[in-house]
Amino acid sequence: MGDEARELVLKEVDRELLTNLLAQGKRMDERGLNDYRNVKVTKGVLSTAEGSALAQIGDTKVLCGVKFGEMTPFPDRPKEGVFMVMAEFLPLASPTFEPGPPSPYSIELARVVDRGIRSAEVIDTESMFIEEGKVLAIFIDLYVMDHGGNLTDTAALAAAAALSDTKVPKVVDGKIVRKDYTGPLKMPDKPVTSTFIKVGDKILLDPLRSEEHASDCQLTVGTIEGQVVCMQKSGPGSMKKSEVMECIDVALAKGKELRSYL
Amino acid sequence: METPELFKDGKRLDGRALDELRPIRIIAGVLKEAEGSAFVEWGGNKIICGIYGPRECIPKHDASPYKSLLKCRYTMSPFASLEEHGRTGPNRRSTEISKVIREAFGNVVMSGEFPKTQIDIYVDVLQAEGGTRIAAIAAAAVALANAGIPMKDMISGVAVGKAGGQLAVDLGKAEDNYGESDMPIAFTHRDKEIVFLQMDGKLTPDELSKSIDSAMEASEKVYMLQSEALKKSYEAEGGQELEI
Repeated sequence: MGDEARELVLKEVDRELLTNLLAQGKRMDERGLNDYRNVKVTKGVLSTAEGSALAQIGDTKVLCGVKFGEMTPFPDRPKEGVFMVMAEFLPLASPTFEPGPPSPYSIELARVVDRGIRSAEVIDTESMFIEEGKVLAIFIDLYVMDHGGNLTDTAALAAAAALSDTKVPKVVDGKIVRKDYTGPLKMPDKPVTSTFIKVGDKILLDPLRSEEHASDCQLTVGTIEGQVVCMQKSGPGSMKKSEVMECIDVALAKGKELRSYL
Repeated sequence: METPELFKDGKRLDGRALDELRPIRIIAGVLKEAEGSAFVEWGGNKIICGIYGPRECIPKHDASPYKSLLKCRYTMSPFASLEEHGRTGPNRRSTEISKVIREAFGNVVMSGEFPKTQIDIYVDVLQAEGGTRIAAIAAAAVALANAGIPMKDMISGVAVGKAGGQLAVDLGKAEDNYGESDMPIAFTHRDKEIVFLQMDGKLTPDELSKSIDSAMEASEKVYMLQSEALKKSYEAEGGQELEI
């Protein structure tokens, strides 16, 4: 059976299994509805990058590398540095990932993580000015290596961890000097995300891949201390306002927990 | 970067009240070739949407034996913004927006009626002034209905957020660019299910709750305009004039 056909069948099976389990108040791995799987963050795993981290939530693994570059600034912000988030769904991470140009899923993932970092205003772009027509650029690359569900939270965690591991390179005569640093990247806040799925009338935090199969609707809420910095409803389905507000409350509390790993 | 004063003497930059929508004009059935179409002028946004299908699914191996495949392509014209000339065709931003718009309509389009086919939503932003994705949703909903595609409900939305320290409805370009936060959101009409939700910037839970409420109220006004446009399209024989 092909991977896609397998996926289709799995969706049906997982849906029935999860619905039955939820009726008994259980999930597929016997966690509580608002529990994360084991979280593990390892910083500084790459020596070639200015910052790096491997984040794992359960079996899901996302590696983040942060590299500095020089760039022409955007015309409307000539004095400000630039940062960008890219996500690569490596074909080795899932039987459903295929080589090729970025899929809408990887673009969405990168952009949601980007919005969290941007809205939280954690990167001081004004400090990244080099000279007229030249600024520093920070490239935040997310490598999805094992898709066990909830890529978004794992990726956001990897990005926050890699950024907090990042050292700012020295710039001499308008050029970056590699391996010579002015100090750590200043990061006043650490944005993380919490992703929920809705199955019937139940809302679950941190879905497994198999739980995602059974999802009616998915919502990601990005937080810093006391504030929401991004949201994205993704995939099919809909939610009530009350359900969104419930997710926001849990996300604010769980954000604290996730930040403790950073 | 100089930030303009977004809120002055109880009024917004363009003189609107905090809960006031920009002027919205919707015309259904403005294109001949497309099976359904709509033009939406929403403040300075000008959006055209055309619907094709249900038609044969291409590539064929993507076809589902259970339902029609809903596809969406949202793009911005190279001349849509006041700043420099943009690039034609899809980019990362438009790819993401296309995806979430398609997913929003997946909630209402009765795709199970047309197995093995696809339905295409083509929506192009001709002129942009903030809030294009919500205006695109308004256009797509009307165009789908105009195409006679069966839907369980209508979708209407608005971008709410915070600008100049105030919670405001239907953010304009300056409010979007310089404001504190932006939350485009869309609901089904009958059940008020949230089928589209994005947010950036900072907001507290209390502000979020208030914003969703005011978005719900404003979306109702958008719905009225959508349904009026559809009624008018039935009265006009052989389609309506496209007045951009």
